[in-house]
Amino acid sequence: MAVQEDTQGASFIQGQAVIWLIGGLLLVAAIALLLPDVRGMLGNSPILQGVLTIVLGVGGCIGYFWASNIVLDKVIFPAKGANAGKNINRANMVRPWLFIFPAFAALGLYLAYPVVGSFIRSLYDRSGDTFIGFGNYAWLMQDSEFQQAVFNNILWALVVPAGSTFFGLVAAQLTDRLSWGNIAKSLIFMPMAISFVGASLIWKFVYANDADIGIVNAFREWVFGADSVDPLQVSFWNNFFLMFILIWIQTGFAMVILSAALRGIPEETVEAAIVDGASPLQVFFKIKVPQIMGTIVVVWTTITILVLKVFDIVYTMTGGNFGTQILPSYMFEFMFRDDGRATAVAFVIMLIVTPVMVWNIIQARKEMR
Amino acid sequence: MANLKLKDVAKVYGGQVEVLKDIDLDIETGELIVFVGPSGCGKSTLLRMIAGLEQISGGTLEIDGMVVNDVPPSERGIAMVFQSYALYPHMTVYDNMAFALQIAKKSKEEIDRAVRAAADKLQLTEYLDRLPKALSGGQRQRVAIGRSIVRDPKVYLFDEPLSNLDAALRVATRIEIAQLKEQMPDSTMIYVTHDQVEAMTLASRIVVLDALKDNGYKYSIAQVGTPLELYETPNSEFVARFIGSPAMNLLEGEIVATGETTTLRTRLGAGTITSNVPSRPEDQGAQVKVGIRPEDAVATDSEDFAFSGKVEVEERLGEVTLLYFERGAGQNDPVIAKLPGIHPGMRGNTVKLTADPAKVHIFQDGTSLLYR
Repeated sequence: MAVQEDTQGASFIQGQAVIWLIGGLLLVAAIALLLPDVRGMLGNSPILQGVLTIVLGVGGCIGYFWASNIVLDKVIFPAKGANAGKNINRANMVRPWLFIFPAFAALGLYLAYPVVGSFIRSLYDRSGDTFIGFGNYAWLMQDSEFQQAVFNNILWALVVPAGSTFFGLVAAQLTDRLSWGNIAKSLIFMPMAISFVGASLIWKFVYANDADIGIVNAFREWVFGADSVDPLQVSFWNNFFLMFILIWIQTGFAMVILSAALRGIPEETVEAAIVDGASPLQVFFKIKVPQIMGTIVVVWTTITILVLKVFDIVYTMTGGNFGTQILPSYMFEFMFRDDGRATAVAFVIMLIVTPVMVWNIIQARKEMR
Repeated sequence: MANLKLKDVAKVYGGQVEVLKDIDLDIETGELIVFVGPSGCGKSTLLRMIAGLEQISGGTLEIDGMVVNDVPPSERGIAMVFQSYALYPHMTVYDNMAFALQIAKKSKEEIDRAVRAAADKLQLTEYLDRLPKALSGGQRQRVAIGRSIVRDPKVYLFDEPLSNLDAALRVATRIEIAQLKEQMPDSTMIYVTHDQVEAMTLASRIVVLDALKDNGYKYSIAQVGTPLELYETPNSEFVARFIGSPAMNLLEGEIVATGETTTLRTRLGAGTITSNVPSRPEDQGAQVKVGIRPEDAVATDSEDFAFSGKVEVEERLGEVTLLYFERGAGQNDPVIAKLPGIHPGMRGNTVKLTADPAKVHIFQDGTSLLYR
């Protein structure tokens, strides 16, 4: 018992020492900042600025937890006097909230407030001075480009997750038993590392309206001897050409997650199905896929959320022209020109994304259990 | 409803690693054959080869006179019960049992009849709508068995089906399997286990697998026989020690008189001990091992005894008392005697042991004199 108390005392003293050290450093930093020379030096040195930010950030976090706990334990509910036992219990009930408060505050400031703020802004006109109620929304409803964007967005939200998940599942299953499967997987996964704008650039070349550059037109010329066309101007179908870029990027994501899920299937259930007479296709669709259904749903909804936010591909490839407009690029059209309409579109996007996100989280939680 | 014939069956992994070699075995219709052997001896592999889940690298496997080496599992007329049950987790008990018939495109009525009959036989009727995760271990095992019954196979294959159950359930399920076998006298069953009690109680014949010297230490069949044949007349030291628990004591000794019965003198004994195993005149003076099962050892006061030693450990189990004797230097296994009843205060005593001549085994170079 005595030994235990000693070690506790020692760690307490160590803890105190660390706190004092950090406190001292912060104090020195604060005093230094008051000196104009130091401020001037900082202004010229991004590295020093970075270091200072880290020190202030980390120190601030530690300082917050330390100080708030001290206040709680020593001032509000001191563990002494008549109510010592009761106070300890109360302090322990409050403590989790101290830890959760910074995250709550940050989320509130950077997530909840902008949502409310955007909504309020969307109720005002272009100038931001005149309250027009749901006027912006009403205008959107009758705008043909908005209708087009909603329709295209629905197409995107259906086709891209389906395509990515399907190709990912097939790739996961097919590469699983191959000796060079891991190389194949790396190749399929690689587009994940490319930014959407970068990917769009690559595909601009693929779709280039010139048989000497674009592989699509080169293929058309080689097989059919056809003249070059611009695939991005082929009405309606150009949407799918754009979607294919995102499928190309996201298949790797789906493949990696589903491959792990497939490996988690007990081998004996597959063998039992083989003994039961199931063909390879039946084993795949009746035994394997149902067992990873939860994971498939999570992958599907995760990609759906991503799709509803995608903007870069359309913006870089067509700029929303030729009937390829989607909501985020449509929103961008109004940004800096009519913040009322832009925030209204943003709010519509949020309304669409939220239910998918909720479902995704519920499914992911189920998976974890 | 089928007989199996294994001829020179072998298993080679990657073209180099030989695991099983020269497996020759005839299984008659209605038998329940149990494969036993040390871990890693390939008993499960052999079962999976019969099932068709592993390629047969050499030799032939016949079911009902037809070579099935290259016939897919589902067409061999076999059904398999896996160690982990291997139930389809996303299907109800009913669908688990119906799956094979659905794949075979049987009519709905036929499937329903078969599933309900099997469920009735295994007392699963009230669980038909449940998912496997809502069942206990014993119930899952019964579903796995039901899944095989529904297919009405020629041969049932069991791969350590009870090893995931707790001790009490294991005994109960073992008895259920024995009763099931009685209800289906025509079905052939092959059963892999490492549990001796399962082997002894269920088997019509036991197949002991071991790495044999004259087979280049590849695993092969050491002995095939009814449980009591293996117990009473093991053909080798390995089988003798593998069947029975605790294992048979082996004492070094010498043959001093040959004939219809053999007289032996052991190194740690005095006087002689007689065995009913016959020997030839040229065996006179041969160095052998005298095998006495712990339960056959008898304490004696006579000056003729096979072993004498101080009791080091005494285990009182109530029905029997196990005595562990210290043995001379360089000998690892203790000599063990299993005396019926309770014998308090034996520890530290010096006890002399002998045995009934009918129960004394003789091994020369690892092989029983009975089988040379």
